[in-house]
Amino acid sequence: MAIRVEHELHERRRGRNLGMLGVLLALVAIVFGLTVVKVTNLDNIAQFERFDHAPRPLLDPEVQEAMRAATGAPAAAAEETGQ
Amino acid sequence: MTDQTAQTIPQEAQFGDYFALLKPRVMSLVVFTALVGLLVAPGTVHPYIAFVSILCIAVGAGASGALNMWWDADIDAVMRRTKRRPIPSGRVAPDEALGIGLALSGFSVILLGLAANWLAAAILAFTIFFYAVIYSMWLKRSTPQNIVIGGAAGAFPPLLGWACATGAVSLEAWLMFALIFMWTPPHFWALALFVKTDYGDAGIPMLTETHGRRATRNHILAYTLLLVPVSLGLALTSIGGPVYLATALVLNVLFLKGAWAIWRRSEEVAEADSYRTEKQVFKLSLTYLFLHFGALLAEAALRPWGLGGW
Repeated sequence: MAIRVEHELHERRRGRNLGMLGVLLALVAIVFGLTVVKVTNLDNIAQFERFDHAPRPLLDPEVQEAMRAATGAPAAAAEETGQ
Repeated sequence: MTDQTAQTIPQEAQFGDYFALLKPRVMSLVVFTALVGLLVAPGTVHPYIAFVSILCIAVGAGASGALNMWWDADIDAVMRRTKRRPIPSGRVAPDEALGIGLALSGFSVILLGLAANWLAAAILAFTIFFYAVIYSMWLKRSTPQNIVIGGAAGAFPPLLGWACATGAVSLEAWLMFALIFMWTPPHFWALALFVKTDYGDAGIPMLTETHGRRATRNHILAYTLLLVPVSLGLALTSIGGPVYLATALVLNVLFLKGAWAIWRRSEEVAEADSYRTEKQVFKLSLTYLFLHFGALLAEAALRPWGLGGW
C-alpha cells in the first residue's frame, strides 16, 4: 500500500491549496519584516527589553520622563531603583 | 459517471475565484489614491511600513468587496454585468465569501494598527463598515442617492494613506477625501446615461430610472459645480502648488464644459449621436481624477529640489 494516497480531490484543489500556502508564507514574511523594521528603528535598542518576557515599564521613555518630572532623579537611576 | 452527473457537480473554485471576490480592479484605484495620500503627507515613513500599510488598505478594500458580493449575491445573479461573479456562478459558496470578507477585514485592520497606527486602523475599519453595511446593506437598495453617499467609501483611501503617515488627519486629507467624494456622482451618472443597465430588474433605485434622465443631467452639472471649489481649494493647501493648480484649472474647465454640454442636451440629441458627449465626459472623469492625484504626487516629488509647493 502506498504511503501517500493521492485523492482526486487533492488534484482538483491543488491550485487553491498552493495559493493558500503562498498567502500564509507571505503573511509570515510580512510580519517578520515588520518586526525587524520596528525593532531596528527604535530610538534606543534597549527599549526592546520593555517587552522581553516581562513588561518593564521603567524602560519606557514616557515613564522615565514622568519619573524625572516627579522626582528630579536621572532616568537610569530611576530604572535601577525600580529593579 | 455520466455526462449528466458530471454537469451537476459545481465547478471547483480556484484560487483566482477567491481573489475575484476582492474586486481587484477597484483595488487598483484604492492603492493609487492611498499611496498618493501617504506620499504627499508631511514627514517620512519607512518604505517597508508604507508598503505594508498600502497592502493592508488594499486587502481591507478587497474584504469589503467580498462582503458586498456576499450580500448582493441575489441581485448579482440577475444582472448581466455581475452574473458571472464567483457567487452567482456557483463557484464560491456565499458563506465562504462571508468568511473571507470577515477574516480579511480583521487581519487588515489589526495589521495596519500594528504597522502604522491605530487611528489609521480605525478609519480602515470604519471604511469597511461603511461600504459593507451603510452602502451595500442599506443605501444601495433604498435610495437613488446611493452612489453619492456610498461614494464616501471610495473616498477614504487617501485619508487613510495620510493617517498612516502622520497619525492624524488634517484639512489636506479631508480635501482629498472630498475630491473623490464629489467626483463620484458625475463620473458614475455620466456612465449611467449611456450604459443600458438592468439595475431596475434587480430592484436597485438608480437616479436615471427613479427620477429620469433629465434629472440625472441636472445632477451631473450640480455636482460638477460643487467639485470645482474642492479641486481648486486643494491647490491652496500645503500639498498644492503651481503644477497642481495649473493641472486642476485645465481639468476643471474641461470637466465643467463637458457637464454643461451634458446638461444642455436632450435625450433625443444624445440618442442620435449614440451618447457621444456622455462617453467623452466619462472618459474625461477618469483622466480628471488620475491627473489630480498625479499632480499632487508631482508636487511632492519636486519638493526636495525646492520646486514643488508654494
